[in-house]
Amino acid sequence: MELILAIAAGALYGTGFYMMLRRRLGQLIVGLGLLSNGTNLLIFTAGGLTRARAPIIAGDAQELARPYADPVPQALVLTAIVIGFGVLAFSLVLAHRVHIATGADDIEEIESGQ
Amino acid sequence: MNRLVLPLVIPLLTAIILLFAPRKALWQRWISFAGSIGLLAAAIALFLRIERDGIAVLQAGGWRAPFGITLVADLLAAMLVVAAGIVAVAVTATSFAGVDPKREASGYHPLLHVLFMGVCGAFLTGDLFNLYVWFEVMLVASFVLMALHRTRGQLEAAFKYVTLNLIASSVFLTALGLLYGGTGTLNLADLSTVFRGREMGAFELVLAMLFFSAFGIKAALFPLFFWLPASYHTPPAAVGAVFAGLLTKVGIYSLIRIFTLLFRDAPPGVYTLLLGQALCTMIVGLVGALAQRDFRRVLSFNLIGHLGYTSVGLALVTPAAMAGSILYILHHILVITNLYLVSGIFLRLRRTTQLAELGSMYRERPLAAALALIPVFSLAGVPPLSGFVGKVALLRATLEASAYWTSAAILVVGVLTLLSMGRLWEASFWKPAPNPEKAPLNRVILLPIAGLSAATLAITFAAEPLFTLALRAGEQLLRPEAYIEAVLYGGARR
Repeated sequence: MELILAIAAGALYGTGFYMMLRRRLGQLIVGLGLLSNGTNLLIFTAGGLTRARAPIIAGDAQELARPYADPVPQALVLTAIVIGFGVLAFSLVLAHRVHIATGADDIEEIESGQ
Repeated sequence: MNRLVLPLVIPLLTAIILLFAPRKALWQRWISFAGSIGLLAAAIALFLRIERDGIAVLQAGGWRAPFGITLVADLLAAMLVVAAGIVAVAVTATSFAGVDPKREASGYHPLLHVLFMGVCGAFLTGDLFNLYVWFEVMLVASFVLMALHRTRGQLEAAFKYVTLNLIASSVFLTALGLLYGGTGTLNLADLSTVFRGREMGAFELVLAMLFFSAFGIKAALFPLFFWLPASYHTPPAAVGAVFAGLLTKVGIYSLIRIFTLLFRDAPPGVYTLLLGQALCTMIVGLVGALAQRDFRRVLSFNLIGHLGYTSVGLALVTPAAMAGSILYILHHILVITNLYLVSGIFLRLRRTTQLAELGSMYRERPLAAALALIPVFSLAGVPPLSGFVGKVALLRATLEASAYWTSAAILVVGVLTLLSMGRLWEASFWKPAPNPEKAPLNRVILLPIAGLSAATLAITFAAEPLFTLALRAGEQLLRPEAYIEAVLYGGARR
C-alpha cells in the first residue's frame, strides 16, 4: 500500500511540475493544485499507514496500546488542505485577472506584451 | 498576558479593529499607526526581558513541549521582532502622506497588520508546522497587497511572485512531512535532540537540501532569486518597503534556525555549498544591480546581493561570523526599508523611478536629499555608517575563520555596492532632471525616512553594545543547549 501511495505522490509531483512548465496560465494553476495534493499525499503516507485503532486510551489502561493511528499527520494534512485550497482559489482569481488584463494565456506573450 | 504573545495579538487586534472601524482614511491611518506603535512597544518590552532573563518560552494551551505548539524567543528572535516593529511604525506613518484611495478602501491597512503578525509569528514560533502556517499567513497577506493594484505590470509581477512562493511552500511542506515521518516530532528543540550526534545519512541530507531550497526561494538566494527582481519593483513604495525589509529576512532567519538546530553535525560539504551560494548571491546580485536603470530595480538587486552577506554567518558557523550576519540583517532591514520609502518620494514627484527621469533633488529638495544620503551611503558601507559596521564585523570573522575567499568576496562586493550606490546617487539626486516635477510633495513622507535614518545612525553610535549583543545572540544560536533546555524542560509553567 505504501508503495502504491508513494508512486501516486511521485506521479502527482511529476505531472504538477510538468504542467507548470507548460507556460500556460490555466495549466500552471492545475499544476499548482496537483503539486499541493502530491504534498498532502506524501505527508499522509510518511505519517505511517496502519489499520490501527483511534489513539484513545482505554478506560482501564495507563497508556496508549500499540498500534494506534497517529493523529498528527492527519491534522497536518487537514491544515495543509485548507491552506492549499484557499491559496489555489486565490491564484485562480489572480490568473483570471491577468488573463483579463492581458488577453493572453501564454506566459511568454504576457511577458512580451508589456 | 504573557509578553510573548503580544507581538502576535496586537497586529491581529489592530487588523480586526481596522476591518470594523469607519472606512474614513484618517481613522484607518491613525488606528493603523497606533497598532504599529503598540507592536513596537510590545517588541521592545519582550526584548528587554529576554536580554535580562534569557530565553522566554510559552507553551500554548499549557501543553508541554513537544506535544503542544511552543512559542519561544531568544535574543535573535527578539531583536528581529523589534526591527519588524520599527518597520511597521515607519511604513504605517508613510500612509499619512496619502495612499491611493482605492487601495485604502480595499483593505490595505488591515492586510499590512496581518502581514506583520505573520512575520512576528515566524520569528517567535518554536514549531516547524507552526512556522509553515505563519509563512502562509504572511504570504497570503503579501499576495493580496501585491495584487491590490490592477495594472498589467503589477498583476503580472504578482502572478510570478505567487507561483514561486507556492512552489516554495510545497517544498517546505514536503520536507515537513518527511521529517515527521522520520522522527515523529516537529518541535524544533525536540528535533534538535533527535538529530544530535546522528550521522547525516541520505535522509538527513535530502531534508537539509529540501529546507534549503524552500527557504532559499523565500530568502531569494542564488540561484533561486529570479522572482524577486521580477516583482518587487511594481507595488507601491510602502508595500515594497515592507516586503524588502522583512519578508526575505524571514527566509534567512528560518535557514539560520533550521541549520543551527537540526543540521549542526552536517558534513563539511553542506557548509561549502552554503558558503558557495552566499558568495554567488553576493556577486550576482551586485553585478545585476550595476546593469539596472530603474531606482527600485537597483534596490532589488542590491537586496539580493546583501542577502548573501547575511548568509555568510550561517555557512561559517563561528559566533563572530554569526554575529556579523545578525548585525548585518538588522542594519539591512532598516536601510533597505528606508530606501524603498525614498523611492516613494520619486514616485510621488515624478510618477516613475526610471533613473533617466530622476534628478535635481540635491538642488531643489536639499532636506530630502540629506535624509536619503544616510541610507544610500549606509548601504554602500561608507564609514562610519551602519553598513560599514556590519561589513567590518563580517570581514573580521571571515579572516579569523581563514575563509579568505569569502573575505575577498566581501571586499569586492563592498566596492561594487559603493559603485552601484554612487551611480544611484548621481542619477537620482545630483544630475539635473530632464523634466520638471509633476506633482507637489507632501512633506509628511519625510518623517518616517528621517526616523529610519536616525535609527541607522543609532546603529553607528551604538555599534559596540550592538555587536556584543549580536555576539551573544550568535553564541546562543551555535550552542542551542539553552534553547532546548528552555523549551523542553524550563518553560512549562510560564
